[in-house]
Amino acid sequence: MAARVAGTAWRRTLPKSTKAMEPAPVRLSVRKTYKLYIGGKFPRSESGRTFVVDGDNVALASRKDARDAVVAARAAQPGWAGATAYNRGQVLYRVAEMLEARRDEFAALGVPADEVDAAIDRLVWYAGWSDKIAQVTGGANPVAGPFFNISAPEPTGVVAVVAPAGLLGLVSVIAPAVVTGNTTVVLAAGPQVAVTLAEVFATSDVPGGVVNILTGKYAETAPWLASHADVNALDLTGVEQRELAGELERAAAGTLKRVIRPSAGGTDFTADPGLRPMTTLLETKTVWHPKGY
Amino acid sequence: MFEYAPAPESRSVVDIADSYGLFIDGDFASPKDGSVFKTVNPATEEVLAEVASAGTEDVDRAVAAARRAFTGWSALPGAERAKYLFRIARIIQERSRELAVLESLDNGKPIKESRDVDLPLVAAHFFYYAGWADKLAYAGFGPDPRPIGVAGQVIPWNFPLLMLAWKIAPALATGNTVVLKPAETTPLSALFFADVCRQAELPPGVVNIVTGAGDTGAYLVAHPGVDKVAFTGSTEVGREIARTVAGTGKRLTLELGGKAANIVFDDAPIDQAVEGIVNGIFFNQGHVCCAGSRLLVQESIAEELLTSLKRRMTTLRVGDPLDKNTDIGAINSAAQLARITELSEIGGAEGAERWSPACQLPERGFWFAPTIFTGVTQAHRIAREEIFGPVLSVLTFRTPAEAVEKANNTPYGLSAGVWTEKGSRILAIADKLRAGVVWANTFNKFDPASPFGGYKESGYGREGGRHGLEAYLA
Repeated sequence: MAARVAGTAWRRTLPKSTKAMEPAPVRLSVRKTYKLYIGGKFPRSESGRTFVVDGDNVALASRKDARDAVVAARAAQPGWAGATAYNRGQVLYRVAEMLEARRDEFAALGVPADEVDAAIDRLVWYAGWSDKIAQVTGGANPVAGPFFNISAPEPTGVVAVVAPAGLLGLVSVIAPAVVTGNTTVVLAAGPQVAVTLAEVFATSDVPGGVVNILTGKYAETAPWLASHADVNALDLTGVEQRELAGELERAAAGTLKRVIRPSAGGTDFTADPGLRPMTTLLETKTVWHPKGY
Repeated sequence: MFEYAPAPESRSVVDIADSYGLFIDGDFASPKDGSVFKTVNPATEEVLAEVASAGTEDVDRAVAAARRAFTGWSALPGAERAKYLFRIARIIQERSRELAVLESLDNGKPIKESRDVDLPLVAAHFFYYAGWADKLAYAGFGPDPRPIGVAGQVIPWNFPLLMLAWKIAPALATGNTVVLKPAETTPLSALFFADVCRQAELPPGVVNIVTGAGDTGAYLVAHPGVDKVAFTGSTEVGREIARTVAGTGKRLTLELGGKAANIVFDDAPIDQAVEGIVNGIFFNQGHVCCAGSRLLVQESIAEELLTSLKRRMTTLRVGDPLDKNTDIGAINSAAQLARITELSEIGGAEGAERWSPACQLPERGFWFAPTIFTGVTQAHRIAREEIFGPVLSVLTFRTPAEAVEKANNTPYGLSAGVWTEKGSRILAIADKLRAGVVWANTFNKFDPASPFGGYKESGYGREGGRHGLEAYLA
């Protein structure tokens, strides 16, 4: 608990309470710069823009950043999808380990301890799905003829995500997309939490480009991703305005993207997510081959 | 080629009325504004019947009937719903010759195909989903899967009754009720299906059939009383429907166009591959969304393969769909013939080399000789756009990586074929093809237990198999 209070004190850049007026610390803290996460790197917005959130200057992503992130996600996709399911599961588990190790940072950002717990547990849950989802959703089909016929799920491709606020929500939209072999471009709310999570991904053997995180205003960038021809699916879980969700879904229709709609009453991320967050981002491929001597 | 005497299937097995109304709430009714359209036999241009054109009030009535019926139908024990579907499957089997002849008359497809492919698959589809109706809790969609409500379904003209079966069987098995709009040029088998429903004593309103053109379909999918939309047809119309549905909360599945690559490696058994290529592109006059319309042949065997393919094409019999020896029937409509003709002319104009076997086409009706284009590049429109006719574009490749690259170089992703004797190559190529169905050393095989549907702009959702239930469960 003491560590968290101290952490909060380090974070404050401007005196906001009498506490900060107490005698100066022995050394001046080194602050974090909140940047974007694209292709495994942490660039500033190409636009040079930032916006202030809780006293921090945070990168304000532009449409060009969004497009760059799609390029990175596309480049990473075949390799990530081609990794073994066992490997993807271990990488996701590693993300959980790194998140566990950084609990204090999230606590310092005001994320409740039980939410950090739930986010870690959700990552472990999804990590285990990597080599099981194909057995649950695929299998042999008993066709009426001398054919071997088998269906298996494959990733949809590049998924653009308008993420909900909060660590658990963020993890709950990213994990199902990447465990199934997709790569993502995530428009994050709550930028400090999102960038800190990006640092978790960056230190977890997740190949660069598999998860890309953009901070900024999703109403500005999401339309460019919704209509982007190299994006295969659009997750609108974090969109709060009904009208905007409808507009984005309409834009997505231009290239027939798979769309996850925001649920009417908001999503309860503490509940069992079920399979849909994964299956919506999977394609079923069915292969036929004749049997014979 | 041997000269065969004509061997026509008798039309006397089917009795087509002069006119048909809309099937709403268990009865045939005239359209409110009295408007009708004619459906013709594309092989002769003879008018087969006058069919009601459903207007907005008619669709309103059909949706209302489906809504009323939903309460009772969804509350029936699954085992009872199953028995209705089993009845329907049996009646279709009993009436299959009649329905096959009807389908060939209205659609133009060879009787050989309507009799041996379409109708057996239609009956099998109802039989398959009938069995699911009381087992939904075991389907992997949660312990208590619920129906969605009223399904608005719009189907194409290439497999009229089969597409109806793909739409109606899973919808009914899961406890939904439906309003289905068949294609404007092929409404008759859906109207005969209405009679099958009556024979099965299906409760009124569970299945409603509204005939009409595109605006009837557009009104149906936009209808606020519809909870789920299912569409099979062109990618262009699919996009429009996705836009219409956006923001409404309606569930949507789309099965759209394709431009499938059929990849032939140098170690493929040539004769089998040629049969597969012919089946891939000339089956059903090429009016198949998953047709193997792009042949990718390994350069080293291209000449040998094309020689065999051309020889085989000279033996294809084009003509009377009711003749039991016919391989290629009539093009479904004048409009489709115009589209095939236009794209083929563009193929020639863009520099590809066109070839068709010498074949005599009937004077009346809509016909197009089986055609291949060689020297096609990936930039040619005939390599990019869906022609939906008996026209094959031939491209070559040198390495497996190049074959995969070319095969996936399309916004579509419905199906693909691969021909090689090497098992490990089949599996590696199948993994890399971005397509929902991959036929290896075979092509155009369908089964109710086998999920079917596309990647990318070929649509979303699957029809067939356990997967096909998901589209109709809340």
